[in-house]
Amino acid sequence: MKNMFEKIWEAHEVSDGLIYIDLHLVHEVTSPQAFDGLRLADRPVRRPDKTLATADHNTPTDGTMAARLIADQLSRVQVETLERNCAEFGIPLYSLGSDRQGIVHVIGPELGVTQPGMTIVCGDSHTSTHGAFGALAFGIGTSEVEHVLATQCLVQKRPKTMRINYAGALGNGVTPKDLILATIGRLGTGGMTGYAVEYAGPAIEALSMPGRMTICNMTIEGGGRAGMIAPDETTIEWVRGREGAPADFDAAVERWRALPTEEGAGFDTEVDVDVADISPMVTWGTNPGMVVEVTDAVPDPAQMDSQADREAAERALAYMGLEAGTPMTEVAPERVFIGSCTNSRIEDLREAAEVLDGRKVAAGIHAMVVPGSQQVKAAAEAEGLHDVFRGAGFEWREAGCSMCLGMNPDTLAEGERCASTSNRNFEGRQGKGGRTHLVSPKMAAAAAVEGHFVDIRDWS
Amino acid sequence: MRPIDIIEGKVSVLDRADVDTDQIIPKQFLKRVERTGFGEFLFYDWIRDGEIELEPNPILVTGPNFGCGSSREHAPWALEDFGFQAIVAPSFADIFYSNCTKIGLLPAILDEAHCRAVAEAGEARIDVDDETVTCAAGVFEFEVEHDVKQRLLNGLDDIGITLENAGAIDQFEATPAGAHGPVTTSLPS
Repeated sequence: MKNMFEKIWEAHEVSDGLIYIDLHLVHEVTSPQAFDGLRLADRPVRRPDKTLATADHNTPTDGTMAARLIADQLSRVQVETLERNCAEFGIPLYSLGSDRQGIVHVIGPELGVTQPGMTIVCGDSHTSTHGAFGALAFGIGTSEVEHVLATQCLVQKRPKTMRINYAGALGNGVTPKDLILATIGRLGTGGMTGYAVEYAGPAIEALSMPGRMTICNMTIEGGGRAGMIAPDETTIEWVRGREGAPADFDAAVERWRALPTEEGAGFDTEVDVDVADISPMVTWGTNPGMVVEVTDAVPDPAQMDSQADREAAERALAYMGLEAGTPMTEVAPERVFIGSCTNSRIEDLREAAEVLDGRKVAAGIHAMVVPGSQQVKAAAEAEGLHDVFRGAGFEWREAGCSMCLGMNPDTLAEGERCASTSNRNFEGRQGKGGRTHLVSPKMAAAAAVEGHFVDIRDWS
Repeated sequence: MRPIDIIEGKVSVLDRADVDTDQIIPKQFLKRVERTGFGEFLFYDWIRDGEIELEPNPILVTGPNFGCGSSREHAPWALEDFGFQAIVAPSFADIFYSNCTKIGLLPAILDEAHCRAVAEAGEARIDVDDETVTCAAGVFEFEVEHDVKQRLLNGLDDIGITLENAGAIDQFEATPAGAHGPVTTSLPS
């Protein structure tokens, strides 16, 4: 009896510790040095037909629609370098200006090239997103990017396996983002280190693909390299009909149905979570494990068990400009960011727009929404969501990673506080001195309207 | 990658847990398309704000879950370019650990008490082959996987090793499993 991870791993072992990669996603920031390495050693890309590139991390979202027009010189050079490298090595690329450009972890599933049973890598830690389809997907460094380009394989130590079983059903207003934040809060920011994590149980099976992607996306914030969810009818119906879907779809579906973990298969660790206990979550500190329910107060470091935790919490509160004991609902952001590979899909935008419909952003709040891809943007505009966002006072931007990591001009100023649907609240992540609170799209939208965090469950 | 065997000298200490790669090398420095020159930007904000001081010694001792977050290999590049040859910590984030071994920067895992002992000793000698850290407080053992150790000791190029095995990759690609997955070159341009 095997679990899903074991099946996929063993089906891709070329030799002991050498894993074959079915899809390699490439972007502008972690690839230039890898292409340089290939040139230095006079090596070709082994399988350009299993490689796909896009520009997302540092692209402006202000309507600049060609690499040569990017105002920031370093960003321009990086995107133009990606374009040159892809042309030289024959790699398909959706660069700035393409109607399929977008965040690498949004466009893979959108194009249908993310499929169950595959091994998928990318020089980005949030590659774990693709595991939502029952794929083994994880982030790699630039040396490994070069290795995959040259060999289509990866030298990899086999991780341990963890299964988290989610019983019950999510309450009204509680989203997949809250589920994963609560999980990381419980296990800690390093609690999944060394593991490939399978998310399972009725609460997971009930989720849409975007919801599943949000959960797998943040696996890395718990230290887990890969997050996975068994493919089912929801998965199959997502892939069906997309541009990259298998030509012989029925044969592929037959293979996919054999992937889920077998009854009685073992895991190195199992964790049980009752999702009925989960509330809307807000981070208060400087890593994603520093999170509380929105109805809680900012925690008191003095109440923490270990000295290391106390010191880390004190530093985090000083950085975040927060006092222990302050109710989270009194914390007031000046910025709101809806976007990132965690929460920028059409479903996320619909949820935020539903909250914002007919309302206005509170005075003094600068709010923006950055669709995950050009296709998401087009779909949202076809539904009129852009009018809802603009009508509420949000900026409606072009696709990219944007203020999730602030490599493009979208950043927080020193001391600015932000309700963000992204994945990392590290110091300086969204801009030097910026203060990030991670929340769901609904919670971000409601905070924009009220000017402070609210419990979305009793807000109307 | 140059071979590493013995790493010896003074120890720098960064007594923090969960240090993420955004701190090690902030995003604004990831726009460079070169692989070198990242050392001067190491811990850019923390050092410039006077939060920490770090000497470019051969060894850095730090807290658990070092290198969490972003997969940016720029973080190990910056640590190595700054002057560190080994990082000693109670635990590392997975991707960071792997990235270090690819460039010949040794990540050595010791338990927290031994990390503190090495930090207090101020000097240490790391023997990669023996898998030991020796300091005034004693000799502490760490583990490194056999294949990783051979690559570190011999400064071997991972890609070169894999390509010696190209026949096995050809064979895999000739099986039905090797043919699964999308053909990206068939997507609309």
